[in-house]
Amino acid sequence: MAATFRSTLLIGTRKGAFILRSDGKRKKWKLSKPIFLGHIVHHIVQDPRAPKTLLMACKTGHLGPTVLRSSDLGKTWQEAAKPPAFHKAPEGQKGRVVDHIFWLTPGHASEPSVWYAGSSPQGLFRSEDAGITWEGVAGFNENPMLDTWTGGEKDGTPDGPKLHSIIIDPRDAKHMYMGCSSGGVFESLDKGKSWTPVNQGCAADFLPVKDPEFGHDPHCVRQHALMPDRLYQQNHCGIYRMDATERKWIRIGNNMPTKTGDIGFPIVLHPHDPDTVWVFPMDGTEVWPRTSPDGRPAVYTTRNAGKSWHRLDKGFPKNQAWFTVFRQAMTCDDHAKVGIYLGNTAGEIWGSVNEGKIWNCLVRNLPKIHSVEVAKQ
Amino acid sequence: MLVYVPPPLRSYTKNAHQVNAAGSTLDEILWQLDQSYPGIRFRIIDEQDRVRRHIKLFVNEELTEDLATPVQAGGRIHIICALSGG
Repeated sequence: MAATFRSTLLIGTRKGAFILRSDGKRKKWKLSKPIFLGHIVHHIVQDPRAPKTLLMACKTGHLGPTVLRSSDLGKTWQEAAKPPAFHKAPEGQKGRVVDHIFWLTPGHASEPSVWYAGSSPQGLFRSEDAGITWEGVAGFNENPMLDTWTGGEKDGTPDGPKLHSIIIDPRDAKHMYMGCSSGGVFESLDKGKSWTPVNQGCAADFLPVKDPEFGHDPHCVRQHALMPDRLYQQNHCGIYRMDATERKWIRIGNNMPTKTGDIGFPIVLHPHDPDTVWVFPMDGTEVWPRTSPDGRPAVYTTRNAGKSWHRLDKGFPKNQAWFTVFRQAMTCDDHAKVGIYLGNTAGEIWGSVNEGKIWNCLVRNLPKIHSVEVAKQ
Repeated sequence: MLVYVPPPLRSYTKNAHQVNAAGSTLDEILWQLDQSYPGIRFRIIDEQDRVRRHIKLFVNEELTEDLATPVQAGGRIHIICALSGG
C-alpha cells in the first residue's frame, strides 16, 4: 500500500480559527468552516498525549481572555472553568490583568494533564487538569525581579508584552525554557519555581547597556527534540544557536546575506535533523516595517546549523508582496519529506512539501493569521 | 433584577436577551449571574475587579464602574459592549 502523508493545520486568526486538512499526498487541501468566527485566536494547539484534544487561546474585542478546550478535534468546545488570571492585588495596589493568552504548550509526556500558557502582559500559567482550571506560576508571576527583567508593560510589542516559547525538556519535566518580549530567554530547573536569564552572547542593541544579562527580545525559541541541548532562536537582534552545555548564544544569522539581514519572527526546526532550520526574514530597518525585505518573500534555510544559508523563494510572489509572518505562524510536519507551512498577515497559508524547494499558496482570503500548528488526525 | 445581556455574551445565556439575577449591589448581581451562567463574569470584569476596557455597566440609566453601587428592587442592569475597533 502506498504511504500517505496527510497533514492537518490548526490556524488561529484575528477573526476565528480554521482547520485545513490535506489529502494523502498533501496536494489537495480542504478548509473547515470558521470556528468561533469573530473571536481573536492567538494559538490553537493539539495535545500530543491525547490527540483528540485541542486547546485554543481566544478573546473578543469586548470580552476578556479565555481558553477553550475540545476533546473531539474541534467539533465541540468547552470554556475553561477558571481561565488564566493574575492574583488579585492587595487594596491600594494596581495589580496586573491578563489582556490575552498568547501561547499554549502541552506539558511533559509524563504529566498528561499538564498544560502551560503564556500571556500578554508576561505571565506564566499552569493547568493540571488538561486546561479546565489554571493557576499562575508564582515563581515567575510573583518574582520580585519580574519588572526588572521585563521592563514593565511599556516594554513590549505593539500588541503588548508577550510570554511565549514555553519549552518543556523532553528528558525532564522540571526543566523549562521560555521567552519574554521583552525580557529575554529564561530557564528553570525546578518546574518554574525559580528562573535564570540565559542570554549571554545575544545582542540587545536597542538597550543602552552593553551585554546585558536580560532585557532582550527573543521572538521565537525552539529546542530540538532529538538533541535537547541544542536551542535556536529568532531574536529581534538576529538568529542564534545555543548548545546548552556552553550556555552562550552564537549569532548564526551573521552568515545570512547582508542585504536580507537576519531579522524575523518565526524559526522552525527540522524534526529529523538538528542541523536544519528554516526562517522567514523580515525588514527590521529604520521604523521596522516587519514585511519581507524588498517586498520579495522568501524562506531561508541552513543545513549545517547556521554556517551557511540558502534562499528558498520558488513559488512565492517575485515582488510587491508585503506580508509578515508572526512567530507562531510557521511550522512543519514530521513526514519523511518534511512539509513546511506558514500563514501571513494577508490571510494566506503557504506550504511546501519538499522542505522549502517549491511553495504553493494553499488558502487565500483568511483573516490576519496569528498562528499555524500541525495536528495529527 | 433584570439584566440586559449584549449579543457577545448570549452564548452564556442560551441566547436570552434578558435574564434575572438577585442581589443588592452590582457586584452581588454579577456574582449571581456567574452562578447561573458560569464564566460570564470574567469576560466583563477582570481579575482586579475592574470593568473591562470595552464594557460599560449601567444601573438603571446611570453609568458606573463601581461594583459596590447599590441596586434597588426592581432595578435594571444593562451590560453594554462599547466600540472596540475592527
